[in-house]
Amino acid sequence: MAEKREVWGSRRGFIFAAVGAAIGLGNLWRFPFQAYRNGGGAFFLPYIVALFTCAIPLMILEYTYGRKVRGGSTKAFRLLGKKYEWIGWLQVMVPIIVMMFYSTIISISVIFMVWSLGHAFGIINWMSDPGKIMGMIVGGGSGPFDFAAGISKYLLGFVIVVWLGNWLIVKNGVSQGIEKASKIFTPLLMVMMVAFMINSVRLPGATLGLNELFTPDFNKILNPNIWVAAYAQVFFSTTLAVGVMIAYGSYLGEDWDIVNNSFITVFSNASFDIIAGITVFSTLGYLVHNMGVDFNSFGSGAGIAFIAFPIAVSTITTNTFLQGIIGFLFFFCLFIAGLSSSISMLESFSAAALDKFDIKREKLVGLISIVGFLGSACFATYAGFNFILDIVDAHVGQYIIATLGLVESILISYVYGIEKIRVDANKYSDFKVGKIFNFLLKYLTPAMLGITVVSNLIGGFKKLVDLKTTDKAAFMGQIVFGWGTILLMVIFATIFFRKQWKNSEEED
Amino acid sequence: MNKSALIMMIFGCVAVWGGLIVTLSIAIKKGDL
Repeated sequence: MAEKREVWGSRRGFIFAAVGAAIGLGNLWRFPFQAYRNGGGAFFLPYIVALFTCAIPLMILEYTYGRKVRGGSTKAFRLLGKKYEWIGWLQVMVPIIVMMFYSTIISISVIFMVWSLGHAFGIINWMSDPGKIMGMIVGGGSGPFDFAAGISKYLLGFVIVVWLGNWLIVKNGVSQGIEKASKIFTPLLMVMMVAFMINSVRLPGATLGLNELFTPDFNKILNPNIWVAAYAQVFFSTTLAVGVMIAYGSYLGEDWDIVNNSFITVFSNASFDIIAGITVFSTLGYLVHNMGVDFNSFGSGAGIAFIAFPIAVSTITTNTFLQGIIGFLFFFCLFIAGLSSSISMLESFSAAALDKFDIKREKLVGLISIVGFLGSACFATYAGFNFILDIVDAHVGQYIIATLGLVESILISYVYGIEKIRVDANKYSDFKVGKIFNFLLKYLTPAMLGITVVSNLIGGFKKLVDLKTTDKAAFMGQIVFGWGTILLMVIFATIFFRKQWKNSEEED
Repeated sequence: MNKSALIMMIFGCVAVWGGLIVTLSIAIKKGDL
């Protein structure tokens, strides 16, 4: 007889876990700059349209189908047809690869938490010049193949903390591990980010930043690239098509709401996007006003969090104790944003593997954590962090995730039947979705994701052609680490796909 | 802050936070949140 599947302890716990999974470090530095570069305030129009026409329908689909099959991605796809199980494995390989490099970024938050305390107690004074400290942590190198440049002992050491945290939470299962942790992390993260937002808009010069972010350029609204950017942002930001929400849906109670929970998850994530946008650009406005720097001078990635914020904190007050404490709270906030996402990524693979293989959760999560840590060690090298990370991130994000979303929406809509999903989702929900849901998932979402994939592939191909003539090492880096990672994912997905199911009941 | 930026900021906040408040209040009203 099949083992009874665990369910979430409460609706509140499920929502906190799902919102925690969706909210991550990417919200903080991806959304504000996507909006800034794609029409400013005008970006909000396609962004909100994309929330309603792509993120919410796909979220409903993943929760409903996950609950229906009571399994992770592999089981979910296998039930559509034996050959499709392979797609499920490819889907759950994504979070494992992402976790390998994501955990090095989370570990920088942990390092900065420790140093903020050092700053507060006068042991080390670094917040006015964080670039020097950042340079010490991540080092340098001449290119993606420069492994002789060495490995960062800081990243390597603190990555262990991150994987240990993941293992400790996920090994305890859904209600005793992920749900319990999310009930603390997610509300704490929300409250802290709102506090940082309120503080940042009070800074002199904040309006400069807000004008920069929100002033609309309506001439761009008819540009199809803006719409593709909005759909891509919404899609990636909500952790769809990587097996997380299917796994979370599989632990939902039979008579639980799905439609409203999907709206709450997507709106919470989007709210966090806007909070992050206001916080980041108010702080940048303050730095522009105070130091006369440019809005792009800190880049659009980790530089914002790890360089711009400490500088801003150091100029808000001259009291080093307060600087250190504010810094500690900010980096703690980043740490829990990262950790709450990373536990969901670990669960995505775990749920899929536990369905197929006869292995105890604790042992499986331990094994994945060890393999994940070894992968993270590669990204902790100077070449890994400074070059390979961006290459792998771009290839997995731009080509694989969007393609998996496209395939998922088509297969579940056409093979399983989108009307069955709609009826099932509506059964116990607070409010119901109409037939437009079917239209969105059968036509609009696949069309937008298809355009995203094709435009990413064309852009990537053009870049490769350019690099081949201008920078041979960078070109080889793209091939070896970008397409090589994709090839590795395909190989491992095939190996896992070909393994036997733990019992013939599941096999059939 | 300039007027058009303020309008777009309010539009974004109302659409997203408004949506969140409405959906949360529906769930709270139902009594299982």
